[in-house]
Amino acid sequence: MTQIKRTPLYPEYEKHGAKTIDFGGWDMPVQFSGIKNEHFATRSAAGLFDVSHMGEIIVEGPDSEAFLQQMLTNDLSKLNENQAQYTIMCYEDGGTVDDLIVYKLEQEKFLLVVNASNTEKDFQWLLDHKTDGVSIHDFSEDYVQLAIQGPKAEMILQQLTEENLETIKFFYFIENVRFEDVTDTALVSRTGYTGEDGFEIYINARSGRDLWNKIIEVGESHGLAVIGLGARDTLRFEATLPLYGQELSKTITPLEAGLGFAVKTDKEVDFIGKAVLKEQKMAGTKRKLVGIEMIDKGIPRTGYKVLNDNNEEIGEVTTGTQSPTLNKNIGLALVHAEFSNLDTECYVQVRKRNLKAKVVSKPFYKRS
Amino acid sequence: MSLPKDFRYSEEHEWVKVEGEKVRIGITDHAQSELGDIVFVELPEVGDTLQADEPFGSVESVKTVSELYAPISGTVVEINEELDDSPEFVNESPYEKAWMIVIEPTESSEIEKLMTAEQYEKLINEDE
Repeated sequence: MTQIKRTPLYPEYEKHGAKTIDFGGWDMPVQFSGIKNEHFATRSAAGLFDVSHMGEIIVEGPDSEAFLQQMLTNDLSKLNENQAQYTIMCYEDGGTVDDLIVYKLEQEKFLLVVNASNTEKDFQWLLDHKTDGVSIHDFSEDYVQLAIQGPKAEMILQQLTEENLETIKFFYFIENVRFEDVTDTALVSRTGYTGEDGFEIYINARSGRDLWNKIIEVGESHGLAVIGLGARDTLRFEATLPLYGQELSKTITPLEAGLGFAVKTDKEVDFIGKAVLKEQKMAGTKRKLVGIEMIDKGIPRTGYKVLNDNNEEIGEVTTGTQSPTLNKNIGLALVHAEFSNLDTECYVQVRKRNLKAKVVSKPFYKRS
Repeated sequence: MSLPKDFRYSEEHEWVKVEGEKVRIGITDHAQSELGDIVFVELPEVGDTLQADEPFGSVESVKTVSELYAPISGTVVEINEELDDSPEFVNESPYEKAWMIVIEPTESSEIEKLMTAEQYEKLINEDE
C-alpha cells in the first residue's frame, strides 16, 4: 500500500472545515462549506481551488515540439510563446491516455499539465516514446497549483499584483508574476475547469500557502469561497468539460467524447492514434457523448445503464447529478450514435427502475 | 444538535419514533451531516411492506447515493411527500420536518432491539 499523498496546502484545509477523501491516492478536500454553497459562490463571485495534485511535466530540447506533435492530437505548431492549448494524448487505437493543457514556455520548452491520477502513466508513456533531442522531467512535486474562478476572480487577484491581468487572454499566460507578500513568482494563465472566467496559478510549492492565504484575505469580503473537489466536479460537469475516467478513458476516444476541436487529423505529423481518429472523423463515431435530462424523477449517476424503448442497452451514464445552477437532474451519457439526436427518449436504469429521460443539448451551462 | 432522547436508533443511522401503534422513521442529524446537501429522497409507496435491514428507499446528495435501510419490519401507512419538493428538509430538520415514513410494525418487539439515544451517541462518537 502506497502512502496517501497530501498537497502543501493540506494544513490549511481544516481552518475552512474541509471533509477530505482519498482521490486517486491524494487526501483531498471533497467539500468545505458544502458543495452547493461552494458551487454558487464560484458562479456568482469567486472560488479558490487547491489543485496541486495535478501533474506538471516539462518537455524541452531542440526536438521537443516535433516530439509533442507526435504524442498529442492538437496542433502545437500554431501555438505562440505564452499561449496554452487543450490537447489529448491517445493510444494507437484512439483510446485516451489523458487530456491535458500544454503551455508553450519557450520555443523549445513546454509545460504539460496532466491529471493527478495519470501523472505517472503519462510520464512513462512520454518516456517510452522519447526521441533524441528531447528531455522530459516530472516536476509535479515542485508546484502548487491554485485556481481562482468566477466573475470576480480577476478583480480579486488583481489586488495582489502590479501585473495587468486584463491583458491575459483566454488560454494565454504570463510568467514571473509577483504577488504581494509572496516570495516566489508564479505562472498565471487564464484557464480553468468551471465554465467561468478565471485563472490557474503555478507557483513554487514553498510559496503555495502564502499565496492561498493572501487570496482568501483579499477575496473573502467579495464573496470568495474555498472550493473542494465536489463542487469542482459539478462546476465542470455543468460546463460539460470532460473528466478523465468518466467521459474519457483508455476505451473512449476524444472524438466519441465530442472533443473533435482538439483532434487535428489534418495535421501532417502522424501522431499516435491518428489513423483510427481520422477514420472516426470521416465515418462518424459509433458512440457519442450526449447530454440527457431526466423526465421521470431520479438522478442519473456514473455507470448507470441507458436503455432504448425496447429495453436494450444503448450506453451508459458517464457523469450525472442534480445540477445546482439549473436545478435539473441531468447527465452525460455515452450512447450508440443512432440514439444521439436531440429529444430522443431513452431510459436510465436507476437501481431497479427504468426512468424516462431525453437527449438535450450541451453544454448545460454557458456563462452570460 | 442533540439527539431526541425518546427516539430509538439503528446502526444505519435511522431514527425511530413510536407514536402509539405506529412508528415514524427518518435519518439522524449525524447521517445528514455526513451526506451533505440532500437533493433527492426516494421513498416507498403507502401499502408497501418493509423487511427489517432491507433497503426501502434512498437519499441522494449532490455527489452520493445512500440506501435507506428499514430499522424494523412493517407496512407503510404514510410517506412524507413534502420531501419531493423540499429534500433540503433532511439537512435542515432531520428529526421533525424530514420524517420519511410512518409504518405499522409487524413485530413491535423489534423496536426494543434498536439503540437508545445514549447507545447511538456512543456509536457515532466512536466513528469519529
